Amino acid sequence: MGEVSSVRVLEGAERGFATTRLDALLNWAKKYSLFQYPFVTACCAMEFMGLASPRFDVARFGAEAPRFSPRQADLLWVVGTVSQRQAPVLRRIYEQMADPKYVLAFGTCASCGGFYDNYTTLPGIDKVVPVDVYVPGCPPRPEGVIDGLLLLQDKIARGDRTPGIVKPRSDVALAGADSLVQLGKKERA
Amino acid sequence: MSQKVLELLKAQFGSKILETSSQFGDDTAVVEPSAWREVAQFLRDDSRCAMNMFTDITAVDYPDRDPRFEVVCHLRSFDKGHRIRMKARIGDEYADGLEIASLVPVWEGANWFERECYDMFGVRFVGHPDLRRILMYEEFKGHPLRKDYPAQQTQPLVQYREGVLDKLAPFGADEGMPFGRQTHDISRNEEAN
Repeated sequence: MGEVSSVRVLEGAERGFATTRLDALLNWAKKYSLFQYPFVTACCAMEFMGLASPRFDVARFGAEAPRFSPRQADLLWVVGTVSQRQAPVLRRIYEQMADPKYVLAFGTCASCGGFYDNYTTLPGIDKVVPVDVYVPGCPPRPEGVIDGLLLLQDKIARGDRTPGIVKPRSDVALAGADSLVQLGKKERA
Repeated sequence: MSQKVLELLKAQFGSKILETSSQFGDDTAVVEPSAWREVAQFLRDDSRCAMNMFTDITAVDYPDRDPRFEVVCHLRSFDKGHRIRMKARIGDEYADGLEIASLVPVWEGANWFERECYDMFGVRFVGHPDLRRILMYEEFKGHPLRKDYPAQQTQPLVQYREGVLDKLAPFGADEGMPFGRQTHDISRNEEAN
């Protein structure tokens, strides 16, 4: 794994020169120029602001430029709860992004639905779009998000494009009608 | 606090006020459903009531009762400083006959509240100008705040991705990512040692 992104500076020659592989160089360039599309829906936005503002300053990691058009972005931050009603919007925004594109699930709700275990909430955005990094927390500390961003940069540097997957809670809609709670006689025979 | 209003209602409508109660400063009148708008109009227009603020309208599902549903409306008077709660009991156990007059002609602000009530409980407000779902989507089947709707039953608008439903974390060797960052050039670290 380490050799994939190795950059080797050879000393001794008069001016010095570096050798590397082209894909390693490209990945190195990609990971420090993430243009982000913030899909911000809920209270995690407060921590997202903390992340972007000077104290934590995500600009240090080359991901400071938000692009409010998905066509110009390559990192989709999904920050907050996504409802079933929003799921088609999220899918469409993801599809509008140009390759290479990455998705970061910011916080517990985006990762797995959080405590919204009900009829209205999408149980994790990975049900509709592939997710590269999950950052847990309700909301996550900016340090946690920076750690997630570095994980993503590491993944980009390795050239690893496989999405992560989290198992959902059992969904009665998918498990079949037998698993539904029947409350009395509410259907006419 | 506003028991005077209850007395006024009883004097004005008689047997159409099914029962009244006062507890902890909250005064409640249970109204015959057919007199719903009439009572509301009186509460707004009568100078002794002057209910000029519509606070809320919602419903409650009591699965064991008959009628099964209770529509609850909260009103307040800025001028008089009193408030009142009025209820109407409608609908049988199959949620048939779940109809009541809309209060939009009386208080404009009732519009979206009644849409929400329709969305969540399926109460049809007769005379509402635009009775559509407001929180859930058009494709949603059923009314989620009824007690016989399973609370966790989702109705996804988009097909879930394949393969996400039967995999457990930690992931297999071929997917996800190993925990923790890796040094980008291991070999150079070794050289340094």
